[in-house]
Amino acid sequence: MSTDEVVLLDFWVSPFCLRAKIALAEKGVAFVEQEEDLFGGKSELLLKSNPVYQKVPVLLHNGKPMCESTIIVHYIDETWPSPPLLPTCPYERARARFWADFIDKKVFEAGGKTWQSKGEEKEVAKKEFLEILKVLEGALGEKDYFGGDSFGFVDIIAIPLTSWFDSCEKFGLFKIEEHCPKFSAWMKRCLKRETVAKVLPNPEKVLEFVTSMRKMHGVE
Amino acid sequence: MADEVILLDAWNSAFGMRVRVALAEKGIKYEYKEQDLGNKSPLLLKMNPIHKKVPVLIHNGKPICESAIIVQYIDEVWNDKAPLLPSDPYEKAQARFWVDYIDKKMYDVGRRVWSSKGEELEAVKKEIIQHLKLLEGELGDKPYFGGETFGFVDIGLIGFYSWFYTYETLGNFSIEAECPKLIAWAKRCMEKESVSKSLADPHKVYEFIKGIKKMLGLE
Repeated sequence: MSTDEVVLLDFWVSPFCLRAKIALAEKGVAFVEQEEDLFGGKSELLLKSNPVYQKVPVLLHNGKPMCESTIIVHYIDETWPSPPLLPTCPYERARARFWADFIDKKVFEAGGKTWQSKGEEKEVAKKEFLEILKVLEGALGEKDYFGGDSFGFVDIIAIPLTSWFDSCEKFGLFKIEEHCPKFSAWMKRCLKRETVAKVLPNPEKVLEFVTSMRKMHGVE
Repeated sequence: MADEVILLDAWNSAFGMRVRVALAEKGIKYEYKEQDLGNKSPLLLKMNPIHKKVPVLIHNGKPICESAIIVQYIDEVWNDKAPLLPSDPYEKAQARFWVDYIDKKMYDVGRRVWSSKGEELEAVKKEIIQHLKLLEGELGDKPYFGGETFGFVDIGLIGFYSWFYTYETLGNFSIEAECPKLIAWAKRCMEKESVSKSLADPHKVYEFIKGIKKMLGLE
């Protein structure tokens, strides 16, 4: 529809915003990115569109706002059905949602602990983080992607979080490939995809950002 | 082929109640298996190895976990009657947003109500009122969260109604005084058989929590 207006309230390093960008790119939907200054001052539009959490991403479709990245990806899949991101079979859809929920509950927080902590706490954080990746490896199995042969919903929910993993590895002092080779291989496979490669931020810039966050948290 | 539907649940779980209500709305016959969460069964551990929690729906041997995901699954499989989610993608996104809000906020405050006291308890009480007021605002003057018909968000919240008496008694406040429209909504929902037959008795919930507090020396 030529009259469709799609706006994404964004923050360049947010893996949650990246989910929406990848999903929109997969569907070939043109959209306007509006970068928010989360530390300097949130825009009126953000505060009005997401009064409950005041967070990004927010997707505005013809002025109507949607919040929470996983919900946004669902919306994108339902509004622009081709190519489908979720499986058609209800059981497989439930499985995909389960893994998206697991990733939402566990990965970012556990990853954060690896670069926010020191000493023994860091060892515990590293162990926890790698255990979570091992569980995801189990879910992946021998498949190329979480849903099977094609890149889909769970891959979109997971891959943006990996843009912070270089930082987790650097500060947590571990290499994911050594502990979770299959997960590492899946990461590389997804990064070859144009819709992913085009939107993921430069890992060095993410590292700079995480370093400044560490200073802010008093960890440096 | 006859469908085999089993629900692993715990009588006072607000999340389990979501699934009971959804199954009842759709008129689905199922076997209810009460779980002892202090001594988890091999079946529960096998069907939900990741979280080891209830509810779990087992449909023809295949497990589905996480209550909001289970309710969506039920809606998609038994799609011939009583639609639970809206059909419009934007309305669906709104419904999912509010169930997610309830998921993020209500369980946590619920736990802290019975495990805290003094100043901490006062703080939790304020939080509960804040969340319920926000939800009441979202309800507005509609009979149900989805509008004219009972749906996903109503199912998402109504189980917590069985816990209101516990929150009120422990926190020494009246939810009805703070959120009269929300209580009116809850009573409206309770007029539905699918809800009244699925929710736990609020007084039994309170007695249960009193017992836990005593056991843990938290009186």
